[in-house]
Amino acid sequence: MDWGSILNNTAAGLLTPTTLAFALAALGLAMHFGFAGLLNFGIAGFMAVGAYGYAISVLTFGLPWWLGMLMGIVASVIFALILGIPTLRLRGDYLAIVTIAAAEILRLLFLTTAFEPVTGSADGLFGFNNAGGFSDANPFPPGTYGFGPWTYNAQTLWVLVFGLAVLAVAVFLLWALMRSPWGRVIKGIREDEDAVRALGKNVFAYKMQALVIGGVFGALGGIVLATSTNVSPGVYVTSLTFFLWTALLLGGAATIFGPVLGSIIFWVLQAFLTNVLPALAASGILPVSGIQAATLRYVLVGLGLMLIVIYRPQGIFGDKREMTFVK
Amino acid sequence: MTFLSQRSDALLKLLLVAFLAALLSFAGVGQGAQADSVGEEFEYGISGNVRLDGEPLAGVELSVSGGGYDAKTVTGEDGKWYIGVPGTEGDSYTVTLNQETLPEGIAVTEGDGTSSVTLGKANPVIQNFFIGEGERLTVSLFDQIVARLIYGVNFGLMLGLAAVGLSLVYGTTGLSNFAHSEMVTFGAIAALLLGTILQMPVWLAIPVAVLLSGAMGWALDAGLWKPLRKKGLALVQLMIVSIGLALMVRYIFQYFIGGGTEQLPGFGAPKVTLFGSVALSQTDLISMAISITVILVFAWWLLNSKTGKATRAISDNPDLAAASGIDVDKVIRTVWIISGALAGLAGVLWAYFRPGIKWDMGAQILLLIFAAVTLGGLGTAFGALLGSLVVGILVETSSLVIPADLKYVGALVVLIGILLFRPQGILGKKQRIG
Repeated sequence: MDWGSILNNTAAGLLTPTTLAFALAALGLAMHFGFAGLLNFGIAGFMAVGAYGYAISVLTFGLPWWLGMLMGIVASVIFALILGIPTLRLRGDYLAIVTIAAAEILRLLFLTTAFEPVTGSADGLFGFNNAGGFSDANPFPPGTYGFGPWTYNAQTLWVLVFGLAVLAVAVFLLWALMRSPWGRVIKGIREDEDAVRALGKNVFAYKMQALVIGGVFGALGGIVLATSTNVSPGVYVTSLTFFLWTALLLGGAATIFGPVLGSIIFWVLQAFLTNVLPALAASGILPVSGIQAATLRYVLVGLGLMLIVIYRPQGIFGDKREMTFVK
Repeated sequence: MTFLSQRSDALLKLLLVAFLAALLSFAGVGQGAQADSVGEEFEYGISGNVRLDGEPLAGVELSVSGGGYDAKTVTGEDGKWYIGVPGTEGDSYTVTLNQETLPEGIAVTEGDGTSSVTLGKANPVIQNFFIGEGERLTVSLFDQIVARLIYGVNFGLMLGLAAVGLSLVYGTTGLSNFAHSEMVTFGAIAALLLGTILQMPVWLAIPVAVLLSGAMGWALDAGLWKPLRKKGLALVQLMIVSIGLALMVRYIFQYFIGGGTEQLPGFGAPKVTLFGSVALSQTDLISMAISITVILVFAWWLLNSKTGKATRAISDNPDLAAASGIDVDKVIRTVWIISGALAGLAGVLWAYFRPGIKWDMGAQILLLIFAAVTLGGLGTAFGALLGSLVVGILVETSSLVIPADLKYVGALVVLIGILLFRPQGILGKKQRIG
């Protein structure tokens, strides 16, 4: 077994566009679930709206990249409003089922051959980073940057720096929001909605604002993912939502840095398992085939999610006194 | 001759049979002697059936190209063809029917003989062309609607078996069980393994698989849900645990049976013409008879037996039920066993309806089951049945007006729509929605 390459690939998982996109989307989920107590199981849909909004704006309407990304964000705001109006007055588990259904509707609409000229159907969309000028906006001259496992070309470096900048802004925004009076009302709604209503607050409006802000974070995650690769409907499946929940709960739902660290841990572990399990199978230590070894890591994700929720619901970095799972 | 080809034949009276489902072509791949096949070494493939007036056409040339890959084949005596492709799910290929190889005066009547095909979950993908003498006969709209309604009822009854279990568990424990889909898959896989490994005949394998599913329900309650209830986990926590469980079990299935599709014995049963051009296969009819019988027995049990009454009492008010001397844990255990058994049976029927057994087959209909339960009213058993029939009929009939790949969208839109106007569902009580 080549431990050098396994550890090298694992270390590379620390900073990838996917890790950054996960961190952004998990931040959105932290806003929704960790702070506002909204059970959003459609975060993959928000990411899809952001990514497709950006790609379609550039490819179909010929907008520049920054305007396309803005359109992706606007689209996610509209999606949040459409989703929130019928469901935010309902109890939590209804919201869960409706958001998961809405995300699935979106995916099927992006997947169907009926809108192929715009959405690219199952092929998805590509080439928008060049067409919209995102690649040309790269301030780094061509060359090789970084060291060891973190060696990047200029294009990847630009994607990573862009993603990191967006993530930093999002983290700062969430931190600032959550220490503001608005954030205290939001947390109050999570703990006891009726009490907040009795204080004269418009609970519906606050929940809607939380849904929109978290949704925009989710869309930014989709956009950052889109800057590094093509947009494909096979990515924005229900499993993506569940993986994001795993990352969120791993770090701690009601924390600022928990979702970011949770995403990093999730992807470093994934990178490690992706490399180590097939290697173990190939060297005969694990008596399974290579394909089975690759499947095992998803079994471990499911098991991990169960164990976290049962034994450490506040997450690794969470505070037990923060009641995230209100009875 | 497999039944789906006949279904389409009778249903649409096309000069060329239009649709074969994955099951048929699966048979086509398995029985390589029938179909003229190339590229069988690849995992994915595209296949079809060329027919004129219901008679197979031999010697028609078809080609597939895309992603730098090109392949050609000629239909055999049975009119079937199969071309394996190196791509994977999501890749697209162009299929061309060489019209010059068709008999004199015959042409493709819809489109120009080329079509874009995307590899999907159903493997191989079916691509057929409408061919004829420039005109295309269609079945009367009335027959189409009747046929779709019957398929919808069949699908709805199957969904109903799964939905009542989910709804009962929700009613008695408050858990939205996302792992219910894996109980559905479990039933089908258990039947498959009993049939292939233990060589059980299908009439024995299916009841045993249903019993095993019931045992699975019991084991999940005893080993996981009851301890967690005692530990005092919040409902949202339990729901997320069920998601983790669903992911884990789903991939365990994939670990053992791989990513392909398997068939239960007897899936190609002959068809029975009901009237006009409406025909159903024997498995469809047996499946409907089983669903109706099981649902009637279940309804009688729920309404008349002591445990059934206790179940409804706990759904109404768990504290009051416990205070009036009902052993809540025992009832919940029974509910889990029934829920597992019904889900397992639904899985077997779903395996015939889809058709085929796949590691994520339950997950494909989980949202439809949830839609059915929500539509009928969360926690009500009869509401779930009613909701299932509505969803089943809606899914099947909506494909008359919207593209077939969007047929699940209609049901999901209705799910969201109902929450706007009647969030408690058709049979739900208003106070349930808090």
